[in-house]
Amino acid sequence: MPGTFEPLPGGGASVALDDVEISIIRSLAAQLLELIGPGPAEDASADPLAELFADGPSEPPSDPVLRRLFPDAYTDPAKFPDTAQQAEEAKASSAEFRRYTENDLRAGKREDALAVVRGLDELTLESGGAGTGGGVLRLTPERSLRWLKALNDIRLAIAARLDITDEEDSEILYRLPDTDERKPLVMAYLWLGGLQESLVETLMP
Amino acid sequence: METERTESAEDTYAVPEPDVPWVTIVHNDPVNLMSYVTYVFQTYFGYSKDKATKLMMDVHHKGRAVVSSGSREEMERDVQAMHGYGLWATLQQDRR
Repeated sequence: MPGTFEPLPGGGASVALDDVEISIIRSLAAQLLELIGPGPAEDASADPLAELFADGPSEPPSDPVLRRLFPDAYTDPAKFPDTAQQAEEAKASSAEFRRYTENDLRAGKREDALAVVRGLDELTLESGGAGTGGGVLRLTPERSLRWLKALNDIRLAIAARLDITDEEDSEILYRLPDTDERKPLVMAYLWLGGLQESLVETLMP
Repeated sequence: METERTESAEDTYAVPEPDVPWVTIVHNDPVNLMSYVTYVFQTYFGYSKDKATKLMMDVHHKGRAVVSSGSREEMERDVQAMHGYGLWATLQQDRR
């Protein structure tokens, strides 16, 4: 079926994508890469050891998408702290956690999104260049997992941009009139949800 | 961290016991697919399909579920892994 991942014999998954679908996924993955930013490796550090021991940030990101991708580890989103002291402790612990984990987390998400861009570029090359109708993307099990996580990150990013924070928000967005400027992004969000759903099914243990 | 503490301070504040386990909590959000959350619980934690599905349903219906417990270091590892998968997770000491 077009636009749906199917399991490959022996592991992995495949999906037929047309030019438009390829360009939508590629563009969203590239936007995510831009947002996540270059790793410390690209920060002009000549010393690989310094890079290895470089601390991550201690403050939460200001961008809502990045805040959702890298949330505070010690701050319960649904519960207000009982005391000011508890709030302070949670903030300090979240900051420390961020310093030690955010660089690695960013690197992982960057690799996932890069796997998507590379996979699509290979597919475009194989099928004779852009504008030739697309082709069938074949993923190894390892690449399937990267795609799965990247598709999820892309959907989280779109949801943060569209300000989808509870089930009711998504209900409202599904009923947007065609003239609403958010409509194309909502359509992409829904389509990617179906694509991710079919991919996770091929991976289910 | 807790080297200097007077008797009275211990009485005044509910200081978490050092041997009280920590827990990883996954929070609901409207974006993550139910199948994906179940997949993550099965593959990362090695839970059975039944247990993973039950935890996913708890997240979905109750807004949150405790998905693992252990030392603070272990829970930080689990929370980091959950963030890697895009799940919204936090850790806290299990004060029950």
